[in-house]
Amino acid sequence: MNEQLITHGADWTIKHLFVYPNEFIYWGLTIVMYPYMTGLVAGAFVLSSLYHVFGQDDLKDLAKFALVFSLALLPVAMMPLMLHLQQPFRGIHVMFTPHFTSAIAAFGIVFSTYAMIVLSEIWFVYRKYFVEQVHALKDSDSRVLRMKRLVYVVLSLGAFDLSDEAIAKDKKAVTILAAIGIPVACFLHGYAGFIFGSVKANALWMSPLMPVIFIMSAIVSGIALCMLTYIIIMEWKKFSTTLARGRGDDSVKIIAGVELDVIKKATRYLIGFLIAAITLELLDLIFRGYTAMKSWDILREVMYKEDFFKIFILQYGFGNLLPFLMLMIPGAKIKRTAIALALILFGVFMMRWNVVIGGQAFSLSFAGFMDYDVPFIPHHLELYKEGILGALTVAATPFCLFYIINKFVPSLKRS
Amino acid sequence: MTISRRNLLKKTLVGTAVAALPALPLGAIKFLSPAEAKAAVSESKTRYAFLVDTNKCVGCGFCVKACKKENDVPYDSPVTRTWVERYLITKDGKSHIDSPKGARDGFTSQLQENQHETVDPKEIDKAFFVPKLCNQCESPACVQVCPVGATYQTNDGVVLIDRTWCIGCGYCIMACPYGVRYFHPKYKVADKCTFCYHRLAKGLKTACVDACSFGARQVCDLKNPEDPATKIILTERVAVLKDEYGTKPHVFYLGLDRNVR
Amino acid sequence: MKNHVLRPIMVAIAAVALLLTARSIYVPDDFGVHGKNFTFGFYRESNVDEWKAMPAKYKGKQYCAECHDEQYDSITASKHKIIQCENCHGPALNHPDEPEALTIDRSRGLCLRCHADLPYPNTLRAELPGIDPVEHNAGSECSECHNPHKPSLEDM
Repeated sequence: MNEQLITHGADWTIKHLFVYPNEFIYWGLTIVMYPYMTGLVAGAFVLSSLYHVFGQDDLKDLAKFALVFSLALLPVAMMPLMLHLQQPFRGIHVMFTPHFTSAIAAFGIVFSTYAMIVLSEIWFVYRKYFVEQVHALKDSDSRVLRMKRLVYVVLSLGAFDLSDEAIAKDKKAVTILAAIGIPVACFLHGYAGFIFGSVKANALWMSPLMPVIFIMSAIVSGIALCMLTYIIIMEWKKFSTTLARGRGDDSVKIIAGVELDVIKKATRYLIGFLIAAITLELLDLIFRGYTAMKSWDILREVMYKEDFFKIFILQYGFGNLLPFLMLMIPGAKIKRTAIALALILFGVFMMRWNVVIGGQAFSLSFAGFMDYDVPFIPHHLELYKEGILGALTVAATPFCLFYIINKFVPSLKRS
Repeated sequence: MTISRRNLLKKTLVGTAVAALPALPLGAIKFLSPAEAKAAVSESKTRYAFLVDTNKCVGCGFCVKACKKENDVPYDSPVTRTWVERYLITKDGKSHIDSPKGARDGFTSQLQENQHETVDPKEIDKAFFVPKLCNQCESPACVQVCPVGATYQTNDGVVLIDRTWCIGCGYCIMACPYGVRYFHPKYKVADKCTFCYHRLAKGLKTACVDACSFGARQVCDLKNPEDPATKIILTERVAVLKDEYGTKPHVFYLGLDRNVR
Repeated sequence: MKNHVLRPIMVAIAAVALLLTARSIYVPDDFGVHGKNFTFGFYRESNVDEWKAMPAKYKGKQYCAECHDEQYDSITASKHKIIQCENCHGPALNHPDEPEALTIDRSRGLCLRCHADLPYPNTLRAELPGIDPVEHNAGSECSECHNPHKPSLEDM
């Protein structure tokens, strides 16, 4: 078969028993990444709102970081979708002719609404800083600095008023935006769950619980990623300062790494959402088994035989139970917490995998199975886009973006 | 100027609402016109449907071959707009199903694909061939989920895909309970059986109907009671596939068995 | 300075305006609700005609009979009269203009579609004359002995 005639899905689908000829795993790794990345966005935002709306003052530093990090994650939530589209340049059609009876149609609108909320909120939080920079860089000679000043002028949108009154307004606006942002963030992700939950042809996906399960696990993974990134960055700062100045230097003590209190507090929220997520997932599973509809025979086959290791060992065991115990057993230190967080992130990823790929592991005929052979070596563009390398590109992008954004919006500065 | 908290809230909310609006007004105004919709419905004098008589099918697969050639579906690609399934029900109650290459080359051997097991002819209680194609549902799940309006139902009941507008998300493929959709290897958009819409428009039968030597396939207009296949659908006991999904399929079957998936 | 709080909203409005402008230029005018409702009938209307305008490749028996009346008569007199010419001779397209000559599929596989013996109970297939492809003159083309236009064994 020549380069032009690639049958989408044939490269990575292995069929067993009777599967309809047109059936392939059409939604592969990219679609696993999509709810995962969206979930991280939603979770990061919810974490930042804990401070802005609910006044959890001790989370202030983490919240500032989480807000900017959620901005860095934002374009990345869209990336796997663009990689997945057979006609990526037509993606804008979703905004031009949205067919609202489709769960995907609202994506453009919900997503851009959310993007605007995040951007506005960041603007209100950092406006004072932008204006200060504009003033500070006023008389600089170097071209780079003048360029930098220009960027800040644009970023400030011409609002240079730094009176107490204006600053107070900023604060109010932040609170309101954060409050609006929580339901929108949850909606953004809940509806990612709806995309799957509403597919009546798919026996595994179709469930009204799907959106709720997705929101809960989204918040879990979002909080976990923010905490983990925060821990790594702060510890790295501490470590590099110690290296640069030597242990005896007084300034090293000021740059103390992560504060355990902050992490402990965030952990409490994390565990709460984790319990909710697992409870709902188990409820879904039990209900399917008990009602034992037509599809149960094949679902049972997939869950207890074909995908047993992925679901019960990797997802529930290593991804949920183990980190849960690690966090619950008293005396958790930074290192143990960090490992537990990484496991939780892995667990949520496996959950997405088991939903997206697991939902296509059996044929619509209920008489056959499909295995997913993840494309690794990209023989052609499609195998890159849909393969591990594409997924790694997606996973690496938020950190690159954060690095750039953080140059202009210093989210890691201590208050 | 001072601003009250309520005022600020109001403005922010308006802002959010505006932000949520892109592209909504133009689309929304149009779909809320019931008169327009009604007019469109009463206009249609045709409702295409299909009748498959599984008793007559011998599994030669000429329909699949003709379909692939007629509709430019790459011949060696595993995807196909129509296919034929073979069901062998053995004495132990098991059903053995296969459809090698969608039966493009027919069924010429005993062997079952994938399993590498030969079913002993003496063990077979019953056997039959079931041709499959797009059901041109009255409530097509694939159309409902298209995010951009690239697939739609024509006034005569056929579901088509706009190849210039499809973004290739695959949601329609996921939504179809019958597995009739796939990505076209050449055009990189969703594709499926159209009841040979171009042939029907020219007064011809579909390519698969013409290619069938045994009369196992017939295409008809449900609104024309004189149409021979319509007569059968209206007067005899016909079945449809997977009606539990509520899609109201319009490919009717004679001699369907409970083992058919 | 007036109320700076409104600035992000203005940016948002500008973005929406830009999008709507782009939309009005890019989206074809006939895109809208044309079918029974928004759920099933939201599309670009001219696409229906684009589908209708596709050329038909299979022309049917009568089209062949216009020139090849001899061959038409011979097969019509045989048991193979139920088979379309184009099943074996390939789609006519605009033959004889394009293509000038059709390629006849003389492969064993073509005949085996019906005549590989599959004696399934209560099927039409079991009633067709069938052979075991492995035993029955494996390797030779069926048409070496059988004339597809006069398939019955008495005429051999």
